[in-house]
Amino acid sequence: MEDTIKIYVEHEDGTRQEVEAPTDMGLSVMEILKASEYDIAAVCGGMALCATCHVEVIESGELPELSDDEANMLDSLPHATSASRLSCQLRLAPALDGLVVRLKPEA
Amino acid sequence: MIKTDICIVGAGPVGLFAVFEAGLLKMRCHVVDALPMVGGQLSEIYPKKPIYDIPGFPEVLAGDLVKNLEQQIAPFHPTFTLGERVEELEKQEDGSFVVRTSEGTGIACKVVVIAGGLGSFEPRKPAIENLEHFEGKGVNYMVRDPEAFRSKRLVIAGGGDSALDWTIYLSGLAKELTLVHRGTTFRGAPESAEKVMTLAEEGKIKLLLKSNVTNVHGNGKLNAVSIAVENDTDYTLETDYLIPLFGLVPKLGPLENWGLELEKNAIKVDTFDYSTNIPGVYAIGDINTYPGKLKLILCGFHEAALMAQSAYNIIYPDKKFVLKYTTVNGITELA
Repeated sequence: MEDTIKIYVEHEDGTRQEVEAPTDMGLSVMEILKASEYDIAAVCGGMALCATCHVEVIESGELPELSDDEANMLDSLPHATSASRLSCQLRLAPALDGLVVRLKPEA
Repeated sequence: MIKTDICIVGAGPVGLFAVFEAGLLKMRCHVVDALPMVGGQLSEIYPKKPIYDIPGFPEVLAGDLVKNLEQQIAPFHPTFTLGERVEELEKQEDGSFVVRTSEGTGIACKVVVIAGGLGSFEPRKPAIENLEHFEGKGVNYMVRDPEAFRSKRLVIAGGGDSALDWTIYLSGLAKELTLVHRGTTFRGAPESAEKVMTLAEEGKIKLLLKSNVTNVHGNGKLNAVSIAVENDTDYTLETDYLIPLFGLVPKLGPLENWGLELEKNAIKVDTFDYSTNIPGVYAIGDINTYPGKLKLILCGFHEAALMAQSAYNIIYPDKKFVLKYTTVNGITELA
């Protein structure tokens, strides 16, 4: 489909699960993962406030730049890495096709 | 002891509108919030952001919506306890409740309405073994009284705003201060980051980058921490205090221990009237969950209206409830 991309969730054992994601609905990666029943709390609803949608990006094309809010939130997390992102800040777009993430929920 | 009909936990938009819906039915409300002002997230996090999905308002700033709600509920003279977190729910023999706050304030009421939004913001705790054994014994997740750290040796862990701000502030008080950050840069707050770098260059603080606190040591009281450095050997650092500052995460907090039925950090309710599993206790707005739940302010408003009808039956058991239209009856101020 034209307005659909594929993203992948990598599990602990390295296996990857495909998620089809529409790019024409203004959704974020967090929202599509939540809709696909992944265990993501996303307590704050997408405002880069709670980091409960924290993911590690394993493979990707060009990602949207970090905003100050997201960068500060990631810097404040004890277990973030240089590949960490808040999935609520990644808007689904054609450039994200093939994105591979690992879920890193922070309680 | 404060006496009221309904104790509302949370002064966000939904908590405030619940005062209105209750007021139409002549029920008095007392509102408690951990934040020092009303409005919840709207005041604390995004007062200047426009909201576009409030019916009748093509666009309204979050802060203005709060002001309008305050004006709307003024005729019902709600009372407030702000800056105190609710801790305990005590069920009385006659079926009523006493709600107690962190400061010991007691609120006697017949109905409790939890409109707690995201919950209360609590410090995020890093995964360090035995950390909890030293809480209050050298490990502090927030700085309440900076003077407590005068002339002490401190280790601050974290790399966000609050870690930087407290490093700058406490560097003037502490005998020795070490900031431990797992990254190499501080991305969120360039000005504070620059100050911290300068303090480190001047030797006023020790800055450990690419490092993590991995262990805590002490006999009853903290006296050292282990530091792991990326691609290097671990070592031990003597200290009086460890202050992990890894931001805040919204949690249900003490509400978790009230015996409420929970699902994923939210309170389960019956959509008939938004009642919880505890008779007399309701949950409305972002804090509740039910099949099809949408975390929208307008849904919270709807939930407040239905809750008020049901609460009326508890507060006035002998009276038959009649839905009142404000167009017919106007607003009757509560004395």
